[in-house]
Amino acid sequence: MKINNQRIQLQNIKKKFGNDNVLNSVNLTVNSGEIVGLIGPSGSGKSTTIKILLGMEKADKGEALILEKRMPNRKLLADIGYMAQSDALYESMTARENLSFFGYMKDVAKKELPKEIEYVAEVVDLTNYLDKKVSGYSGGMKRRLSLAIALIAKPKIIILDEPTVGIDPALRLKIWKELAKLRDEGRSILVTTHVMSEAELTDRVALLFEGKILAFDKPKKLEDEYKVNNIEEVFLKVEGE
Amino acid sequence: MKTLVIAKKVVIELIRDKRTVLLMFVAPLLILCLLNLMFSASTKTKVTIGTVDVNNQINRKMDQVDGITIKKYESEKHAKKDLDANSLDGVISYKSKQYDVTYANLDVSKTVMTKKVLENALMKDNVSKLQSMVVKQEQVIARLTGQQESVKMNKSKISIKNHYNYGNSETNFFDKMAPILIGFFVFFFVFLISGMALLKERISGTLERLLATPVKRSEIVYGYMLGYGLMALAQASLITVVGIKLLDIEIIGSIFSVIIIAVLLGFVALAFGILLSTFASSEFQMMQFIPLVVVPQIFFSGIIPLDSMADWAQRIGKILPLTYAGEALSAIIMQGAGLIDVGKDILVLIIFLVVLLILNILGLKRYRKV
Repeated sequence: MKINNQRIQLQNIKKKFGNDNVLNSVNLTVNSGEIVGLIGPSGSGKSTTIKILLGMEKADKGEALILEKRMPNRKLLADIGYMAQSDALYESMTARENLSFFGYMKDVAKKELPKEIEYVAEVVDLTNYLDKKVSGYSGGMKRRLSLAIALIAKPKIIILDEPTVGIDPALRLKIWKELAKLRDEGRSILVTTHVMSEAELTDRVALLFEGKILAFDKPKKLEDEYKVNNIEEVFLKVEGE
Repeated sequence: MKTLVIAKKVVIELIRDKRTVLLMFVAPLLILCLLNLMFSASTKTKVTIGTVDVNNQINRKMDQVDGITIKKYESEKHAKKDLDANSLDGVISYKSKQYDVTYANLDVSKTVMTKKVLENALMKDNVSKLQSMVVKQEQVIARLTGQQESVKMNKSKISIKNHYNYGNSETNFFDKMAPILIGFFVFFFVFLISGMALLKERISGTLERLLATPVKRSEIVYGYMLGYGLMALAQASLITVVGIKLLDIEIIGSIFSVIIIAVLLGFVALAFGILLSTFASSEFQMMQFIPLVVVPQIFFSGIIPLDSMADWAQRIGKILPLTYAGEALSAIIMQGAGLIDVGKDILVLIIFLVVLLILNILGLKRYRKV
């Protein structure tokens, strides 16, 4: 075991947009083989946190480290699989074309690509629909394809921005099962969500409110600490303080 | 490598969008055909003039002119009535040694023609009066001196033979417009479609996803340029070749030079469209750039001669890429200039392209800081 297995480190991140303090001293870590949930109401700064991790925005203060290297850093993006809130797919192309396009962009070797596509398609259960155009996909299939794209090139770090929004419960469960499997392979996963019940499924959960991390620990531990039954109540209690 | 993959993706997406392909390739040809029809139909102006108390000599002289019909009226009142009823384009009445002309002025070209016809007829009348006087004088002189030859000499008529450096007597305004229109269509369609495509990429989130991979910002811009550049090449070639063959536009210079200029302009339009799309937040806002950015370029592109415009207007023309492309295309098509002759225009277009490319690559920094 490496001494430091923190794959994502956010240290004292501050970010202002104009006069708006969007992030106010955010500290967050994600270890290898761990799912960390980042939960908070809309407008709490979840997306900005992710944008800073991906180098799309630069923090005004503090450090964003990925694999112990400072972001923004273009080359490090090869190690990150990212799934945005929107599906972000090329509708006129088939699933296979979408996957192979993003595979190339993630520096997957041409020889590896077909194998890689088969693998990620299997994970999200789309193998039989690979050659269908995305425009003919249902909403759930699009979401799954979007997840598959994030998984291509076997990234060490997977960042998912609201992956289960607008998805039926069965599929939601399936996606969380896949995430658990990926975690067990040693990947580091950061998931944002505003569905509190999903927070129970993470290893550690960070409660983000108005640009501050109010609590960051195992869900069970937080529930015990605040003497409540679920994360939603934790959130309400913390928010009230 | 990634540039090629992005270019390939751009082409695949475009080809699968049948309507857009049709728009790019068929619409410009359709408009060129229609314009040709309009301009070749309107070259013959037909004017009907009513005359009151105008002498027969003048009436006949005016009537001889192609496209002019003279109707004689007994009184000005009747003539004016017909003028008001739009059956006359002008009324000429002769009162106390003065020609009094009233124009309908609904069509300026008809008014101009009426003026010209009357002036010409009066001039001709004067000349023939003068001539007959001269002849009479010479006859008198001849009779006095006994020479008979000089009278015959004067009867030989002077005729004009026309030669055209470009085109022929059928050449009309459309022929002057055609080279510029070829450039304009390439500019307009490439600008719109490339701008829309990048906008869609931004709105759908695929641009963000693309920027979350280790791809370089420049690779995205070059990939787009290459993909749409190929489409621009196909479009420019088609418009040029079909336009020239179908519409029978005479082209003195090389057709390849025309295509090269058109494609270069296409690249500028491409970079321009991509750049402006970053300032639009919806397709509708992208459309709003058309009256602001695209349409004014037509006015400065040389369809209306720039040297007759005010100084400041000429200066505006100098910062618009279509001006240079129009200049180069006109020179190649109408004067047979080679690529070297229009080198200055090519250089300016390349400078436009390089500057826009740099701005685009920098512009993507808005979405990713490295």
